[in-house]
Amino acid sequence: MRYYLDFEKKLEPYERRLNEIKKFYTLDDPRYNKEVQSIKRKIAKIEKEIYGELTNWQRSQLSRHVNRPHTLDYVEHLFTDFIELKGDRKFKDDPAIVAGFASFEEKNIAVVGHQKGKDIREMAYRNFGMSHPEGYRKAVRVMDMANRWGKPIITFVDTPGAFPGIGAEERGQAEAIATSIEFMFTLTVPVITVVIGEGGSGGALAIGVGNAILMLENATYSVISPEGCAAILWRDGSKAPLAAEALKPTAHDLYKLNVIDEVIKEPFGGAHRNWQETFNNLKPVLSRYLKDFAKKNGDELKALRYEKFRKMGVFEEK
Amino acid sequence: MIFFGKKKEKKPHKEIDIKKEIKKAEKEESLWIKCSSCQELLYIKEVERNQHICLKCEYHFPISVENRIKLTFDEGSFNELFGSIGPVDFLKFKDTKSYKARLEETQEQVKRPDAVVCGHGKINGIDVLTAIFDFSFMGGSLGSVVGEKITRTLEAGAEKRLPVIIFCASGGARMQEGIMSLMQMSKVSGAIYRLKSTKMPYISVLTDPTLGGVTASMGMLGDIIIAEPKAMIGFAGPRVIKETIKEELPQGFQRAEYLLEHGMIDMIVSRKELKRQLSTLLKLILS
Ligand SMILES: [Zn+2]
Repeated sequence: MRYYLDFEKKLEPYERRLNEIKKFYTLDDPRYNKEVQSIKRKIAKIEKEIYGELTNWQRSQLSRHVNRPHTLDYVEHLFTDFIELKGDRKFKDDPAIVAGFASFEEKNIAVVGHQKGKDIREMAYRNFGMSHPEGYRKAVRVMDMANRWGKPIITFVDTPGAFPGIGAEERGQAEAIATSIEFMFTLTVPVITVVIGEGGSGGALAIGVGNAILMLENATYSVISPEGCAAILWRDGSKAPLAAEALKPTAHDLYKLNVIDEVIKEPFGGAHRNWQETFNNLKPVLSRYLKDFAKKNGDELKALRYEKFRKMGVFEEK
Repeated sequence: MIFFGKKKEKKPHKEIDIKKEIKKAEKEESLWIKCSSCQELLYIKEVERNQHICLKCEYHFPISVENRIKLTFDEGSFNELFGSIGPVDFLKFKDTKSYKARLEETQEQVKRPDAVVCGHGKINGIDVLTAIFDFSFMGGSLGSVVGEKITRTLEAGAEKRLPVIIFCASGGARMQEGIMSLMQMSKVSGAIYRLKSTKMPYISVLTDPTLGGVTASMGMLGDIIIAEPKAMIGFAGPRVIKETIKEELPQGFQRAEYLLEHGMIDMIVSRKELKRQLSTLLKLILS
């Protein structure tokens, strides 16, 4: 099911009509040729109008778009031989995080990522990508194996945040996140983090301590959601658009702040408008970073990762 | 207690209007304080004499950094480090007020550049490095200055081979520093790993309240984790949890005693015992 955000709604009737024609005829059917051409022109015009200059709040919404490719979609389209591994060996398996081994351009790698759902049923099963402690513990378990076996690790960040619940707190949500962050500093294999959608706070960072951090153009990465920030600082959740501007959570903002290494271009309007183009944009960049890191030894990688995060922060010293 | 028997003679007496009393007390420069754990109304002077501990339930009220230093370190042994680092409003963050104005106001009020004081001191003769959060500075929130000073303290511990103790008291992230606030969690955690690699111990002391990104980094990474009685400790705040799950929270949820029961911390130590306990621990580890 195609889903339209409020500011995308104008596109809906035209795209629906196009799909109807596609379903029963073909788009180059001479009987419809004229209509198809006119609809296409219309769509292009609307696209330009609504996607031309996105606000931070619109980007925040795009970063959570249900039709965006999620971790398992990247795994399916970029990797081969994916074998998923489950469970934290302590309490349960947390489907909000997926992890396993796979092959990327003939090279064996480990993959860890938050997994949101694409429909209501999967969203509930995945808890909307909001992990419990078990998810982070599974991540650590798989990253530990990758480290011992010398496999580069690719992490995909896409979560509203760690789940705030009774069980999560009881079983050590804070401890699980802290341990995963600390553990990532011990790794002697290359780690590449790709923020593909929503980078929500500590729950995102828990698997985000990479040698390189890449970010899709319409992804966001923030210490708190615009809604949460608005509720606390403005005491009014509806001020989220203002909070989104103030927090500067977009890929371009983070690039300017030297928090991320590279912005991955998305198709016009966002990754949900054309998955294949999104994958095609990410693939060569991933490949380049992996090749670069392959030249470094384990101690170098560990030291570089430390230096990278060590530099983060803005302050003055008198 | 209910007595059955002779009914007491009804004396004409004035009912005490607590609210009015509190208001009056506030006017008289607040003589009373309400315990945030057992809700008891306590005489401030008495609480102060008791090292800011509730006389009824042992809840430990937040204390000032100066007080913490006095309680923990040998007299005259504390030397502040990295005191010249100050915050910058690099995002030009503005909510109902600009971050810059908020900072200036708070600095004026608290007489400190930011929310942490780091230093070197002795605990019964044992050298340690420490970081002490100041909750009264924007809720002890974790921003670039707090992250940088704590990282330097941890790095100094690794370099000089000294144990590090962090006294946490924080509502979590400094939202006004956006992503940089979040990144301090990773920076500090990396430095904790470095310290641990040199075989020096890292001890975290969690005081009321320790929440969010501070718990999910330096709070929970202590080799040894100590909490003060009744301290609120967690990742998500209780209000957020309640709103998410739409359920009442269990009795004592996210209090130190609850965490001890669930295996999340090593011990709960009263302020009156903390110095002795720390020095014994350090002696056991270091010699
Ligand atoms: Zn009390």
